[in-house]
Amino acid sequence: MGLFILRRLGVMILTALCLTFVVFFLTNLYPNLEKLAKTQGNFRMSDEQVETWLGNRGYLEPTLVKYGEWLGVVPGYDIVGADGERRGRCYNSTMNPDDAATFCGVLQGDWGDSTVFKEPASKIIATRLGLTGKLMMWVLIVMVPSALIVGVMAGMREGSKLDRSLSTFSIATTATPEYVSGVIFIAIFASSAVGLKWFKGSATSAMETATLQNFTLPVLTIALYGMGYIARMTRASMAEVMTAQYIRTARLKGVSFKNIVVKHALRNALIAPFTVIMLQVPWLLNGVVIVETLFNYKGFGWVLVQAAGNNDVELLLGVSVVSVVVVLLTQLISDIGYVYLNPRIKVS
Amino acid sequence: MEPLNWGEIIIRILGDMMPTWIALIVMFAVSIYYKRNLGLYGKLFDSTIGMIGLAMVMFWVFTGIFSALDLVGTHDPLGQISGMKNKVPGTPVRGSPEGVYEYYLLGGDNLARDVYTRMVNGSWEVIKIAPFATIFAFMVGITLGLPAGYYGGRLDTVLSFLANLILAFPVILLFYLLVTPEIIATGIPVYMAGVLFIFPIIFFVILFNSRFFTQPNKRNIYLAVTILLGGWLYLGIAWDADPLGIVLFPSNVLVVFVSVVFVNSPTVFRIVRGLTLDIKTRDYVAAAQTRGEGPWYIMLWEILPNARGPLIVDFCLRIGYVTILLGTLGFFGLGLSPESPDWGSTINDGRKLLSVYLHPALAPALSLLSLVLGLNLLADGLREESLRD
Repeated sequence: MGLFILRRLGVMILTALCLTFVVFFLTNLYPNLEKLAKTQGNFRMSDEQVETWLGNRGYLEPTLVKYGEWLGVVPGYDIVGADGERRGRCYNSTMNPDDAATFCGVLQGDWGDSTVFKEPASKIIATRLGLTGKLMMWVLIVMVPSALIVGVMAGMREGSKLDRSLSTFSIATTATPEYVSGVIFIAIFASSAVGLKWFKGSATSAMETATLQNFTLPVLTIALYGMGYIARMTRASMAEVMTAQYIRTARLKGVSFKNIVVKHALRNALIAPFTVIMLQVPWLLNGVVIVETLFNYKGFGWVLVQAAGNNDVELLLGVSVVSVVVVLLTQLISDIGYVYLNPRIKVS
Repeated sequence: MEPLNWGEIIIRILGDMMPTWIALIVMFAVSIYYKRNLGLYGKLFDSTIGMIGLAMVMFWVFTGIFSALDLVGTHDPLGQISGMKNKVPGTPVRGSPEGVYEYYLLGGDNLARDVYTRMVNGSWEVIKIAPFATIFAFMVGITLGLPAGYYGGRLDTVLSFLANLILAFPVILLFYLLVTPEIIATGIPVYMAGVLFIFPIIFFVILFNSRFFTQPNKRNIYLAVTILLGGWLYLGIAWDADPLGIVLFPSNVLVVFVSVVFVNSPTVFRIVRGLTLDIKTRDYVAAAQTRGEGPWYIMLWEILPNARGPLIVDFCLRIGYVTILLGTLGFFGLGLSPESPDWGSTINDGRKLLSVYLHPALAPALSLLSLVLGLNLLADGLREESLRD
């Protein structure tokens, strides 16, 4: 088991390195840098001015060297620019260049500065991640129990009318992407045209105090899309368990249907959905980006859109590291959890 | 003129969609009549869910085709008529100029365009990209997944690592990195297209070669046709270098197409690889090996046909997922041009005024929902019927 986790961690680190390098490469292509220079400096710069602006700030070094600097395995650049000013990766204008550290990358805990927000990327990501964590927590609290209940109810009597209607419901939820269900929810529950006005169509105020009014719609929108899939998996697993020999035995010896479901079937039926729930977490990330944009909730997904839209290199790299780590960690947890829950599976 | 009430609006919409209804009825009548001779497709008409799904999908397919032919839709999808901005459904066109339909059946959007016509035309934007992108993703996934599952070993390790790498990327981040004007300027999407679009040609070349290499005459004809036709399309689509100048592919559509294929092929790869691992232990594969068939013959003519059931089901689901992805791209304003009538962009346009005017966003949202739901129901029906054998 220890070796298995160790090997998985090795693959994880390799994957994270490859992915960050891809992001690094794409964000550091010359047209992107030119756009960055023009938005940060001034829009009317000539091509030569763009080149000196980038050269002064170390953007024109080879991509591999820059990537090494970002990682913290190559000394940060220290350039006396064409305008006579000395700039470096590891210090800013208020510090003495000679006191600065030689290496300053992710390994040293320095995630660089966001060019749009003018703040350290690590600080932005930490606060925004907290806000998204709050959203995700409520999504999971709503989504997982309701998905399991729907799945178990549908699977306990396969082919019944209840099964048919619940299955159609779960198919309908998987067919409704967040930007569709969000729009429909806002139209019904928040617009002045219908007039129900039960909830708010914007979740900006939920960043400080989340109430039922401003947080219900975003949570419901994400939860609904993920729910159908988990429910269908639970239904399949429940239906399979219900045909097992020991269920027939229990039924023959006269155990009531309620007791069969609750005491015999439920525990075995919930092994498979566990993996699905864990693997669903990275998918929720997509939903988070859409819903945060739609409801104007300034969390992690919103930062991703801002960073990508403005080619904010360091912030974008931080965002991708975090999301990649989330994906890989959930995969690892689902593998380990599956082994623990199902003693028949051996790690080899 | 008086504005229409909802009953009149519905009747007029149903009337405008007459070509679609005729096509649907003809298709269903013919299919049900011949359903015993049509294999899996015919069996679909035994399942209610499958029939409902097929009807919903074909409704949008026909609507898309007829809207491109200008048989369905009342106005010009880009035409603006002054005074019709954000008007409610059923509003008569102001001044009613000569030769223009008298009403905006589903109202006007924030640029005074007809919501109904844009909704109908949006289906064409989906129909012309989603199925083909899915087919390409399947070609890539099958061509790489079969050998990965069949040979295993180092090839499998490398390909699986690459697939997991792409799958670990958040889709939206990938779209934001790939589908920007700056990246298009570097030519990276064209190179990706160059790599991805060669797979269908490889697939068909191997397919025919492994089957007919004992009959060189027949094989040479098949291969020549594949390479000529495929190469022509390949040059036109990927490199925009069609020597005859017929095949044209706008660069912003190409980048959307490429990124959708790129995101979907790793999942197809994983499915095909898993199926191959399962099927290669069967007796008929062992029999073929004993007969001395080549590995590619076994993969493409023994394993692949036996994996078709799950693949067809996944194909339907995947078209739905691609539709969702295209909507996501439109929702974030990536790729397609801003005035394009595709559903994602229209939802994005409409959502800003959602609390006051519902119709501009609600119409495309419900359309997208019904198409994807139809594809899911169709996949469910297919799964049920293919399991029944």
